[in-house]
Amino acid sequence: MSKTLPDLIPDAKLKLPKEAERTLAGGLTVIAIRRTSVPLVELRLRVPFGKAPLPRATLLSQALFSGTGALSSVEIAAELQAVGGGLSAGLDPDRLVVSGNSLASGLDRMLEILADVLTDATYPNDEVATERDRLVDHIQVALTQPSHLARAALLKRMFGKHPYAVQTPEPEQVRGVRPAQLRTLHAERVRPEGAVLVLVGDINPEKAIDAAEKALGSWTGPAKIVEVPPTPPLEPGPLLLVDRPGAVQSSLRMALPALERTDPDYAALQLANLVFGGYFSSRWVENMREDKGYTYGPHTGIEHFHAGSALVVSAEVATEVTGPSLLETRYELGRIASLPPGEEELEQARRYALGTLRLGMSTQAGLAGLASMYASFGLRLDYLRQYSASLATASREQVAEVATRFLAPTKAVTVVLGDADRVESSLAALTTVERSAE
Amino acid sequence: MARRIKIPATKYPVDRFTLANGLRVVLTPDRSAPVVGVAVVYDVGIRSEPEGRTGFAHLFEHLMFQGSENLEKLAHFRHVQGAGGTFNGSTHLDYTDYFEVLPSGALERALFLEADRMRGPRLTEENLLNQINVVKEEIRVNVLNRPYGGFPWLRLPPVMFSTFPNAHDGYGSFGDLDSATVADAQAFFDRYYACGNATLSVAGDFDVATATAMIHRHFGDVPARPAPPLPDFDEPDLTSERRDVYTDRLAPLPGVASAWRVPDPINDFDDYLPFVVLAEVLTDGDASRLVERLVQRDRIVTSIGGYIGFMGDEFQVRNPTALLVQAHMPPGGDAEKVLRTVDEELDRLSTDGLAPGELDRVQARIATHLLRDTDPVLGRALPMAVLELQRGRPEMLNELPKLVGEVTEAQIVAAAATLRPSRRATVEVLPGAAA
Repeated sequence: MSKTLPDLIPDAKLKLPKEAERTLAGGLTVIAIRRTSVPLVELRLRVPFGKAPLPRATLLSQALFSGTGALSSVEIAAELQAVGGGLSAGLDPDRLVVSGNSLASGLDRMLEILADVLTDATYPNDEVATERDRLVDHIQVALTQPSHLARAALLKRMFGKHPYAVQTPEPEQVRGVRPAQLRTLHAERVRPEGAVLVLVGDINPEKAIDAAEKALGSWTGPAKIVEVPPTPPLEPGPLLLVDRPGAVQSSLRMALPALERTDPDYAALQLANLVFGGYFSSRWVENMREDKGYTYGPHTGIEHFHAGSALVVSAEVATEVTGPSLLETRYELGRIASLPPGEEELEQARRYALGTLRLGMSTQAGLAGLASMYASFGLRLDYLRQYSASLATASREQVAEVATRFLAPTKAVTVVLGDADRVESSLAALTTVERSAE
Repeated sequence: MARRIKIPATKYPVDRFTLANGLRVVLTPDRSAPVVGVAVVYDVGIRSEPEGRTGFAHLFEHLMFQGSENLEKLAHFRHVQGAGGTFNGSTHLDYTDYFEVLPSGALERALFLEADRMRGPRLTEENLLNQINVVKEEIRVNVLNRPYGGFPWLRLPPVMFSTFPNAHDGYGSFGDLDSATVADAQAFFDRYYACGNATLSVAGDFDVATATAMIHRHFGDVPARPAPPLPDFDEPDLTSERRDVYTDRLAPLPGVASAWRVPDPINDFDDYLPFVVLAEVLTDGDASRLVERLVQRDRIVTSIGGYIGFMGDEFQVRNPTALLVQAHMPPGGDAEKVLRTVDEELDRLSTDGLAPGELDRVQARIATHLLRDTDPVLGRALPMAVLELQRGRPEMLNELPKLVGEVTEAQIVAAAATLRPSRRATVEVLPGAAA
């Protein structure tokens, strides 16, 4: 007996949560968003940090919570815990990012502690020494991870001499960082000008902003403004083969050009990406995994940096099918770049893009991440209406046109990390291969 | 110390019923966002796979996505994602779950898809071979081609346990995976994937009456098959320490992990819960006992973590299970010293008790974690399906923050006192790569 797939009930109009925004006297922008689903609050702070010296900036992000004039690192952690809270810091090529959460009733306390850290972090010598050693150990481990090594090699090929080319410092560079340098960097760059604080949760947005203003009003002073130059165009060149003797898999990475979020063609490019490889039901994933069994979790995605965007293709494939995997990848790129997508596969990708936007907005953490990321590109959540409309209306012709411009295999920068002696000849049958000197 | 913060609770509504064919259903509506989560959980996991078929429960999970009565291969993925949703499945020691999150207008479609494969997946030679290859790549990514692969979740059970169900490698050997047959898969489905051995749960934006009607419509005709008897996987506690050590050719730094048996998470929940809190007292954040001592003060580890259950699923695991502590050390690190220091801290805790405010703050932070986990619809659908399956009490998800808040200092101290070296299983990983 055969049964019929139930129809979908069309989505209701996109509903945005209640929010408020204020720029404080010191220059910090605070955005507070109400979503009461659980009695918590999520916090995201992004501070411009482009072109900061990498070893110092990385260690600063690890040692930010290591002590203030008033509190030790243990006291900071204990005081946050007391309100169900936790904060941590990280670094991307454009920003220092502080993330955390607490019970909603602990918001005021969490903001006070954050303010204490931002205005009075002391980088005590002992604690910094501990964090420095830990960071070095952490980098040593990263240097044995294929995903990290492949990414590092790809970034170098993508960005050349641009500051984005290296995003992880060398262990030796970290060992040389002194606490006084962190204090100086903090004084110069950990400033409210251009920074955005996002609070999402079971809060009254106006009151949450009042609380932020009260706690963070003392965070002032001009930031050293540093512009990151635009990223250089990708230079495809030969496939770069990085040797990892004995590897049982090869890490295949490709970078293709892409558009920034606000480009009128961005939605069409995102749809082209989805049809090609950007979700499970894409041509490339169905081919590489469900037909050939070459790989487990191949994925593609558009990455946005402040100074440029790129589409990155990633797969870990069995060593013995490294050449064939490159072949299928180039075939699928060639196909999306040369032929318009089918009506049904485009509709499927469109519904996926629109639906997953709603999924992403359905949690406090999802909203916080989205709002914070958007804000760092000068956008607000209401941009989702415009973006949704673009996704809903992008035509086949438009998608085909951007695919030709951006997804052609001739435009790809390609890196393979693997057992070079075992994979080189099969790759060389398909393209020019250059072995990495390192 | 500030006054103790009040630990809040969620009030997710819970509707339960059982279909005539034995399928247990949990509904937990919440109209605050236009999304739904659907979870189907089967009461079979890694511990139930037969000898000579290591990794089979996980391989079978993959086969459940390869088409079913009314669905060609690839159709499941396309129907979920083409509805704007996402999907996945995962294999645990005691259960296997399948789930979707979708815009609410796609609820009936998700129910249709789950019901169709509950009636029976399309088990073919071609799909089996394809998914054996995919699973091998998954194992290479997660275990064989990276440092610390399987540490400690695949490395500790064979040290701690003596029986096959508890001790074997749940990802499976390539030899066992290669010998799997379609007939094995059919037998596994027939035995374990009975609707009497499953729970269905739906969380999020739906009307209970409408969803109930949909569930009757799609699952009502799944043939009734009873659950197989629930095996008892218990084995005796350790009476002397067990140790193993191995070299990881990809790892640049040494590591060590220990585990101690804990009380039965289901039949002995009151005695079990203090261990959940203890793990956080020991390792949650810079103000925790072991992080403060071993990372900050003695600097003999670069990181240390503690948790319950080899897969970290403390409220979704059956007996026997364990409290684990794992640490990574700097170059030349000394595992003996780490273990000795952990013992000292456990002694100190069981002798001197907790500091003022220490338990309150740890309980507050656990509450945040628990509440935060329930914010996504799937963070309700999945655990409620498992709580229904294992305890018949999905509403327990609402109660956990409060229950954690009621654990006393005396219980923590008593729990810490049981973590003796003689009851410990330890595995040490030595670096085989240059740092």
